[in-house]
Amino acid sequence: MPKIKLPTKSPHIDMTQMVDLFSVVLTFLMLTTTMRQPEPAQVDTPFSISEKPTPDFNTMTFLLSKDGKVFINFDNGPDTLLKFRPKILDEMGKRYSIEFTDKERREFQKYPSSVGVPILKMKEFLDEKDSKSRDPYQVGVPLDSTDNQLAMWILCARQVNPNIQACIKGDSKTEFPVVKKVLDILQDKNVNRFNLITSLEATKINLDEIQK
Amino acid sequence: MAEIIQEEKGGKRKAKKVAPHIDMTPMVDLMCLLITFFMLTTAFAKAKVMEIILPEKITDPNYKPPSVPTARTVNIILGPDNRVFWYPGVVKPEDYNNLPPLNETDFSATGARQMILEKNRTLARKIADFRTQVTEGKIVLTPDSVRGTISKIKSDDDTGPIVLIKAYKKANYGNFVDILDEMNICGVAHYMFVNITWFEEKMVESAMAAAPTKPASPK
Repeated sequence: MPKIKLPTKSPHIDMTQMVDLFSVVLTFLMLTTTMRQPEPAQVDTPFSISEKPTPDFNTMTFLLSKDGKVFINFDNGPDTLLKFRPKILDEMGKRYSIEFTDKERREFQKYPSSVGVPILKMKEFLDEKDSKSRDPYQVGVPLDSTDNQLAMWILCARQVNPNIQACIKGDSKTEFPVVKKVLDILQDKNVNRFNLITSLEATKINLDEIQK
Repeated sequence: MAEIIQEEKGGKRKAKKVAPHIDMTPMVDLMCLLITFFMLTTAFAKAKVMEIILPEKITDPNYKPPSVPTARTVNIILGPDNRVFWYPGVVKPEDYNNLPPLNETDFSATGARQMILEKNRTLARKIADFRTQVTEGKIVLTPDSVRGTISKIKSDDDTGPIVLIKAYKKANYGNFVDILDEMNICGVAHYMFVNITWFEEKMVESAMAAAPTKPASPK
């Protein structure tokens, strides 16, 4: 009997549905995504059980890096629409008699993450072309008693936006004196309410433990 | 393409009509890649915040701090290398030459938490009972008034400890958050963060000299 040879065909899978599904997922992800902004310093936040989400706007965030540098950020939410950032920069400029150009103001407004630049270097920092060449300027905001620019930033921010809330984002290995100093400066400016940014950790205490 | 046209010209055979089949594999590949990229860059879990309110700074030199019942006071001192010490009560000026020893504990569930819970049992039980009643539906309240009632239970409480949190200069920020977190977990009604005093620094130093390394936590 002659063998019937079936032509070997590679199986053909119809991928159309798969593409459909992927498109939907992709669109969803693209629309909901908020890009993680690169911060000038890597920070691992400590854990807590608090479930309150970070406020979306009206915040000033103090980033405390592991090596004791302090960076500030005025949020990128609706504040940027209300143009708080350039106003704060102008206020700062007035106090240190620095005139910022429109271009510099725009640069400051759209700068995506925290800044830790001494105000005297701010002009050069904003005039730099790309983020690579900006990095060397990020040395932390000066906060010693002779030149307390952090206090000035807080003052200006509160003047421009009275509803601003203070958030503190520290690395769990940050030395405490730095934290204490920032808290002290804030308290000097009558800010007594803080939001400590933490990651969520599920901890439950044992009810039997209490009932004992 | 050219091949097909040639074939048609040469042989008079009619080309079979086949629905055009587009190979979607590369497209799927690309989409997989994009989805992976977006999934990794999306910050799904938003960062949480823990609220803390510090007492106002007092500039009036004539201000006398409110007296705190000694029996209920617990002092927690954050030390270096993730160590944490505590002592009950208050150190009186006449004891400055004879400072009480510090007790060492840790941040585990059997350490500081148990110590605080031990002292805060009545209040913690009250809050837990209230919560169970709410979850079982015996009391129907909106989430806001649940929170309000809990804070009322807390402020009415006069049995729980008054915890004073102090940080030695070599402590780190993570410990600070940890201990505040413990306060929230145990439902301590009265806790505050205060500056460390000179005799407490001394006490930490002598405790460190007595036990240079952290004792292994009992499991």
